[in-house]
Amino acid sequence: MTVAERTESTWIDICALDELVPQSGVAALVGKRQVALFLIPHTEPSVYAIGNWDPLGQANVLSRGILGDLDGEPVVASPLNKQHYRLRDGQCLENSVSARSYPVRVVDGRVQLAQPEA
Amino acid sequence: MSNRQQLIVIGNGMVGHAFVEKMIEADGLARFDVTVFGEEPRAAYDRVHLSEYFSGKNAEDLALTTAENYREQGIDLHLDTPVVEIDTDAREVVTRNGTRHGYDRLVLATGSYAFVPPIEGRDQDGCLVYRTLEDLDAIRDHAEHGRRGVVVGGGLLGLEAANALKHLGLETHVVEFAPQLMPAQLDLAGGDMLRRQIEALDVRVHTGKATQLIDAGENHRLRMNFADGEALETDLVLFSAGIRPHDELARKAGIAVGERGGVVIDDQCRTSDPAIYAIGECALWNRQIFGLVGPGYAMADVAVKQLTEAGETAAFTGADMSTKLKLLGVEVGSIGDAHARTPGAQAYATINEPDATYKRLVVLDGKLIGAVLVGDSADYDILLQYARNGLDLPEHPESLIAPAGDGPPALGPDALPETATICSCHNVTKGGIIEALDGGCANLGDIKGATKASTGCGGCAALLKSTVDHELAKRGMEVNTDICAHFSHTRIELYHLVRVEGIRTFAELLERHGRGLGCDICKPTAASIFASVWNEHVLEPVHQPLQDTNDTYLANMQKDGTYSIVPRVPAGEITAEKLIVIGSVAKKYGLYTKITGGQRIDLFGARKEQLPPIWEELIEAGFETGHAYGKSVRTVKSCVGSTWCRYGVKDSVGMAIHIENRYKGLRSPHKLKFAVSGCTRECAEAQSKDIGVIATENGWNLYVCGNGGMKPRHADLFATDLDDEHLIRYIDRLLMFYIKTADRLQRTSVWLENLEGGLEYLREVVIDDRIGIGEELESQMQAVVDSYRCEWKSTLADPAKLKRFRSFVNSDQPDDNVLFVEERGQIRPATAEEKRQRAGTETLAEEA
Repeated sequence: MTVAERTESTWIDICALDELVPQSGVAALVGKRQVALFLIPHTEPSVYAIGNWDPLGQANVLSRGILGDLDGEPVVASPLNKQHYRLRDGQCLENSVSARSYPVRVVDGRVQLAQPEA
Repeated sequence: MSNRQQLIVIGNGMVGHAFVEKMIEADGLARFDVTVFGEEPRAAYDRVHLSEYFSGKNAEDLALTTAENYREQGIDLHLDTPVVEIDTDAREVVTRNGTRHGYDRLVLATGSYAFVPPIEGRDQDGCLVYRTLEDLDAIRDHAEHGRRGVVVGGGLLGLEAANALKHLGLETHVVEFAPQLMPAQLDLAGGDMLRRQIEALDVRVHTGKATQLIDAGENHRLRMNFADGEALETDLVLFSAGIRPHDELARKAGIAVGERGGVVIDDQCRTSDPAIYAIGECALWNRQIFGLVGPGYAMADVAVKQLTEAGETAAFTGADMSTKLKLLGVEVGSIGDAHARTPGAQAYATINEPDATYKRLVVLDGKLIGAVLVGDSADYDILLQYARNGLDLPEHPESLIAPAGDGPPALGPDALPETATICSCHNVTKGGIIEALDGGCANLGDIKGATKASTGCGGCAALLKSTVDHELAKRGMEVNTDICAHFSHTRIELYHLVRVEGIRTFAELLERHGRGLGCDICKPTAASIFASVWNEHVLEPVHQPLQDTNDTYLANMQKDGTYSIVPRVPAGEITAEKLIVIGSVAKKYGLYTKITGGQRIDLFGARKEQLPPIWEELIEAGFETGHAYGKSVRTVKSCVGSTWCRYGVKDSVGMAIHIENRYKGLRSPHKLKFAVSGCTRECAEAQSKDIGVIATENGWNLYVCGNGGMKPRHADLFATDLDDEHLIRYIDRLLMFYIKTADRLQRTSVWLENLEGGLEYLREVVIDDRIGIGEELESQMQAVVDSYRCEWKSTLADPAKLKRFRSFVNSDQPDDNVLFVEERGQIRPATAEEKRQRAGTETLAEEA
């Protein structure tokens, strides 16, 4: 799995796990990029990271959407026009566009994001 | 285009208008340029409900269309323009102004006029007819100077006219030549029961009276002298003794008319001149004039089909004159051969004097051929189906009119043939419903939209629903009313589960009754139910993830991800100090300001991290949250009312503030908007609101279930002249009943339209407390009122909740994609192009 293959130096520390809101999202700033972080406790994986930018709504809002599942697939619904984005890869389910997707992990109670490629 | 034809319609009454509408529907405008001439100064209006002009409705309410509508459809409408001549040789009509208009096809929909019996003295001041809105204005003018009014004519129209006089506060009399009321529709015993009921309502009835002379009275303006030597003094005589067809134009043009009037038509509605059709009350078919609107619509239908070639075989085959109506509040129904004139016919009848009801069945060879219902017309629909479709009656036909308790044998939709008419207003048959289902309709709402069934008088609502349900079940189509994939329940079921099982969190609801993680459909629905039932703070950690973003941030998200803020301004009343605070907050944070339709001020362009400091300042100045972000009670709009206004009769602002403060924060299946007007001029537009209150001399009139928006609906008059206590009680009950029984995102208007039993049932629940839940609804509402807290105030007091408003979990930087430019002295969101110019490619490159 790509996440496991990354070396330690490419992971960026974002925040403590308890800064995330269960069953909801928060936004994080990584360099100039905005990332939406979601926490669904008691599932595997429980933390997801996709871009905060809604490519259809053209605004940084995905962290403010409602979480849920469509046919068992965890998704976030854009708060602007309600399209669903798959948490695992950012793919929009109603359109061919997708949000960015970021590898994310939790180490020692800290949320870490893989260094985005340049 | 050369092959376009000229179609002229003379007359813009109900039937003339229906013809035009049907023509548009049938795409007739593709072939015809349509020109309409109307004699009256206004476009078509509802003459059937004319008496409501005196019970709160105005000309606008009764209007069926407007001149603008016609214009937009490309129809050339000339109002106040009588046609005085038809030149059948030149195929031209001549108007009163002398202009000539050529036609290829001409439709006469000239209607009828009120018949005034040839009584000496009938022309003097105070002798009036009941036909047009202008007639009604004249009646009102005369009523102002009088105490008593007499209607000549005890038929259907006469009793409607009596209702109008009663509404005007006159001592009302009805004088009928025949020995009974409604001789055309009722038998003697039925007429007698109707008379008793009407007299109990303070209308004096004089039957078997022939008026011979009207002269000057002593105590009243006029005196009516009857053939039997008796006399009756009155200030106003209203003739409503039947109608006569307007056939003068046809007569002058040499078109065949009947001996006793009426333009003769064949089954295709064609007159003796093949280029000319006649429809409605001016037309004589098979020696009959039809004085009801239903047959007129049927003729319009035939004429349209003839003209558009969609069905050259279409034919008018007469009309069933069966009718069900409420006269002066008394239910009356008449079906087919009510008088049992058919040879061999036999009758069953029940008289129930304590309940003041009379029912009669006329039977021939085991089939129902006629019926009379007075005082209770609930059985009308079923009886009509028996009569129309020649269904075999049960072994004991009298069981159909037996006193409630045994209950008549139910007539299932399966027993009806496909030709059975379900909705007589729009002539929708069971076959038509099946066709609509075949055409893709999947539920009751679709069927109503596609066929218009049950959108007229609504009397067939129950029959329509059972027919649709039955047909759907027959196709094995299960109507899936599940709210989403996570719950096999409707919103209403979820509401009851939450309340009955005391469920307070989504996790618990999901565990007990659902599956999966939930979604953006069921989560906000559950959040709304929790708020309506338990009224806990929407940002409690267990509730926050369920909220739409607007509720999460207690503000309204705009297209660029910023929010707008609407502080509550109850009833739109605001002090100078508070205006200054709003102004200075807007200035300090650089917000765009706009006055809303709900008499408040909306502040746009705040980033989420700016919301708490902004609200800190607003709350400091005494503002509360306005709930503009919630599916909840928004505003109570008001006019300035009797405090300042010369016309106001009550303090509308005071009542609006009282109502707004009572219901503020109430969460519901959809947004709720209210208004209070201080007089009948209705400056607060209360009749376009979910709850509308209008002051009267005697209290408040309550209107319900209206809305503006995409599909506007006028509110229905629900109760009149209420005192403050009853007004609030009814609003409490109605709102709670709506919250309990409405579907997700269903406005009150759609809710009412789908409510079985409609407005009448709603009155039974709310006013009569027929199902005994009135107190429960009130106490549930009181619990919500008592637990109100300003959501912003409690949010500011809770550091945990405030954490959600940070721009980033790991940074206090603002969102650098939010950019504004100036326009008309204020900010607006920058377009994508403007952002590119401003920031270079840096910001957006990442997003591409």
